[in-house]
Amino acid sequence: MLGDTDLAAIALTLKLAIVTTVLLLFFGTPIAWWLARTRSAWKGAVGAVVALPIVLPPTVIGFYLLVMLGPQGPVGQLTQALGLGVLPFTFAGLVVASVFYSLPFVVQPIQNAFEAIGERPLEAAATLRASPLDTFFSVVLPLARPGYLTASVLGFAHTVGEFGVVLMIGGNIPDRTRVVSVQIYDHVEALEYAQAHWLSAGMVAFSFVVLLLLYTLNPTGRRV
Amino acid sequence: MKTRLPLLFAALFAMGLSTSLHAAEVQVAVAANFTAPMQKIAAEFEKDSGHKAALSFGSTGKFYAQIKNGAPFDIFLAADDETPAKLEKEGVAVGSSRFTYAIGQLALWSARPGYVDDNGEVLKKGTFAHLAIANPRLAPYGAAAVEALTKMGLLSSVEGRFVQGENIAQAYQFTSTGNAELGFVALSQVYADGKLKNGSAWIVPPSLHSPIRQDAVVLAKGKDNPAAAALVRFLKSDQARAVIKSYGYDL
Repeated sequence: MLGDTDLAAIALTLKLAIVTTVLLLFFGTPIAWWLARTRSAWKGAVGAVVALPIVLPPTVIGFYLLVMLGPQGPVGQLTQALGLGVLPFTFAGLVVASVFYSLPFVVQPIQNAFEAIGERPLEAAATLRASPLDTFFSVVLPLARPGYLTASVLGFAHTVGEFGVVLMIGGNIPDRTRVVSVQIYDHVEALEYAQAHWLSAGMVAFSFVVLLLLYTLNPTGRRV
Repeated sequence: MKTRLPLLFAALFAMGLSTSLHAAEVQVAVAANFTAPMQKIAAEFEKDSGHKAALSFGSTGKFYAQIKNGAPFDIFLAADDETPAKLEKEGVAVGSSRFTYAIGQLALWSARPGYVDDNGEVLKKGTFAHLAIANPRLAPYGAAAVEALTKMGLLSSVEGRFVQGENIAQAYQFTSTGNAELGFVALSQVYADGKLKNGSAWIVPPSLHSPIRQDAVVLAKGKDNPAAAALVRFLKSDQARAVIKSYGYDL
């Protein structure tokens, strides 16, 4: 059955996924809006950067994060100058890594939803003298709700399923960076296959239920 | 051009045939801490014997799981002596093919020159935020580090600053990037040609932990592979032993 360290890993994983998803919805919305509306020549480049984590192996992301966020890296120098210390081996470090890693899974569904709205509802709102901000909150957000549902579920699930990046910058510290995927890996390496099965089967069930909910509640939303 | 193609294929076929007749390939699973010496040994082995050695590096626990599930390795150089014994008992390894190829030395290392003193006093001064070790549940070097810290009476004061790598290679990686100021690594990772490559280190006295005996074993798949037999012979030769020692292993 599940031990104390397993339960701690589950709690930490859920916390990480929630914090990451909330931050991603907050920061992903303006990026998605810009990508959906802009005619800038930079659209392709920004879109490509956002999509990078889909293509890159986690080892590349983890390795560069470790080097960049480390005490000699550019980001590490910045965080030290700001008095934040260095990010690897901390919960905050995992959040930064997860935000980057799950970015496309949140931005792309929202961007698609924004694009699907088109010009007409925005023009109609403008003729009714709604301010751009009012239009965004009263017209765009409600219309983009399926996109937000997809984005939240995928961002959350993808963060739960993260392994390689966490392994490389986490340091496997109980209650701070030891998430479920790392815990499973430890069990397998230590030949504790019974515990590995409990957690792994739990992950399979969780992932299936999450995707099932997504496809049942949101049949028109973007599929993965 | 067209008429020469069959000739070309025939030549390639003959070449392939001749190499397969004279030289065989041996697939070796190598514990992460033995990466550097094994690369050198394999290069010398290939030059001397004409056989080819394909090396895979990783943690002993992962190799155990892979070998049990049919991974195509001929020889396994483990980081401990328990896993090869277990494989032998379970009939996956060739009986009585086990031998100790190296005895590991544990080192406290920092990428910063002059940071680690000759007696490991830096552990007591405690100006570091992170101390990297290999996961003691999984890696013999991690277990040895915990044992040494316990004997020195320092475990409880530094435990909260542990960052764990899944194997000794990761503990080294955390330390070499400076993310951890200090790390317990295998001497072989920071030592070559009889001297420290960079940074500063304290070689933990063997009296502080039980010996890190690293055993090799021939696996069932490698039983009749001439290249596997040749590599075992080579590993036991004075030539290979000199290389192993130059990387800071005992023998």
